[in-house]
Amino acid sequence: MNWMYILPEIIIAASALAIIIADLISRKPVIITTIAIVGIAASLIAACTSTVTFEPVFDGMLFIDGWSRLLKVLLLVVAGSVVIASTDYHARLKHSWAEFHALVLFSLLGMMLMPSAGNLISAFIAIEITSISFFVMVGMLKTPLSSEASLKMMLTGGIAAAVMLYGMAFIFGSTGSTSLAEIALSSQPDFSSGLLLGALLLLAGLLFEAGAVPFHMWLPDAYEGAPTPVTMYLSAGSKLAGIAVIARVFSMGLNNPGGLGADWGMAVAVISALTMTLGNVLALQQSNIKRLLAYSGIVHTGYMLIAVATIGLGGQVSGDEKLFFYMASFALAEIAVFTAVIVITRQIGSDRIEDLAGLARRSPLLFAIMSIGIFSLMGLPLTAGFMAKLFIFTSAVDNGLLWLMIIAVLNTVISAYYYLRIIRVMWLGKPSDGSALSLPKAPGLISIFSALGILLLGIAPYLLLKLAENIIFIP
Amino acid sequence: MPGLEHYLILSGLLFCIGLAGAVIKRSAIVILMCIEIMLTGVNIAMVAFSRFITPVELTGQIFTVFIIVVAAAEIAIGLAIILALYRNRNTIDTQKIDLLKW
Repeated sequence: MNWMYILPEIIIAASALAIIIADLISRKPVIITTIAIVGIAASLIAACTSTVTFEPVFDGMLFIDGWSRLLKVLLLVVAGSVVIASTDYHARLKHSWAEFHALVLFSLLGMMLMPSAGNLISAFIAIEITSISFFVMVGMLKTPLSSEASLKMMLTGGIAAAVMLYGMAFIFGSTGSTSLAEIALSSQPDFSSGLLLGALLLLAGLLFEAGAVPFHMWLPDAYEGAPTPVTMYLSAGSKLAGIAVIARVFSMGLNNPGGLGADWGMAVAVISALTMTLGNVLALQQSNIKRLLAYSGIVHTGYMLIAVATIGLGGQVSGDEKLFFYMASFALAEIAVFTAVIVITRQIGSDRIEDLAGLARRSPLLFAIMSIGIFSLMGLPLTAGFMAKLFIFTSAVDNGLLWLMIIAVLNTVISAYYYLRIIRVMWLGKPSDGSALSLPKAPGLISIFSALGILLLGIAPYLLLKLAENIIFIP
Repeated sequence: MPGLEHYLILSGLLFCIGLAGAVIKRSAIVILMCIEIMLTGVNIAMVAFSRFITPVELTGQIFTVFIIVVAAAEIAIGLAIILALYRNRNTIDTQKIDLLKW
């Protein structure tokens, strides 16, 4: 057994434990933050330099291939941004500062294992590590809103986990194995109806973490009630890990062109159409910025599921570089927007959209960062979001999903209404109090870097796309 | 001698009873118990498949042990969250917990 394959995960687990021990010795917040950042940086180096292999490791429990390595690097960057941005949230989280950081790392551990899962058992364990850590983080403020958000997320998550496990039981019963590689061998074109039932139940359960339609109800409540750094982590981290685990489990285990792959590919395509339409309709009349961003996240889940559907219909065996590009550009936009939201809401003491009025005058820099992030979420040209949408929509057409592409384009047009409303309020609105807003150093650095990243990927998308292609398909 | 289908009918019944209860019931603790009933249904299906489909390997039984462990962790967290909510709101009735909607 070669432990070097999971060195990044080992470093993250060790630093989470180190934070818990350090909290017993000294309660200085700077020590906790330093341990978290050093741990994430060390793990990032390990993940970038680690060896990858197309063979499953640890008796088929994990795949350490290019797809999982790319996702690991992306999730580490997101977690590092969350830790740095949360320094601006210290006043409200100071009683559970160490617990918060330990849970950020524990859920990161689960999220890093999710795209690597090579067995239904390891997929289940990784998903539960992530979601149980998030239940606690969402309820961390212990206010009525935060506890309610946590309860709703926990009950929905419990039901989704049970549905997912029932699906896994049927897949195991029809194929006699829980290893994805062995399931793939036994899913012949004349698959049994038990396997199809299992695959659909499993898909329904996995959609919880991604926040797609049958299990999307927890998402706006959790986003609004949770501490804002946790909201940022939920949208830029666990959502991507949820999509990645769907892509992994279904493309590795249940892909058989003409057989099961076309079936679940079409099911994912229909869910994707429902997800983006419903998310858009409900987003139109939101007045809370965090809640609006939750619905916008649901819409983006719909767009990412288009890419998952094309993996099923196109019969690819591993992840997809276009899906990764979309994930990276979405994560950058969410980091920029949420870091700005954390800084702004702390200073104006409200997260209603009309209270953002006059931001352009109160802080031009924060306004610029928010605008770049929102334009990228909307998909305007010259931002990464535009190129990401373009790649995904063209690959949908290539795989015979023209109808889905039309629905997605219409939804993009509708979404411009509520994105531009935020910009209008920030630009033209009259502030009730005209004092200038400041941007502290650490969150400022993160948000400026991600805004620059969005513009860079919008102008030169092939930098990342070619890199992802090389890493995924060449060992 | 009961066969595989008898166990599967039992597990399906338990799963559906749990799911119906989780959707209908109002008390958060009863919903948690209903989720446990659903997981019991899953465990029975898992062990029955393991016994009848792969009699020499223990994959299903091992999976069941993992499910029991994770379910215990989830219940511990769930009760803590319900307690935190009760301290804030003095109720665990999910119909009355409605600060966040639409």
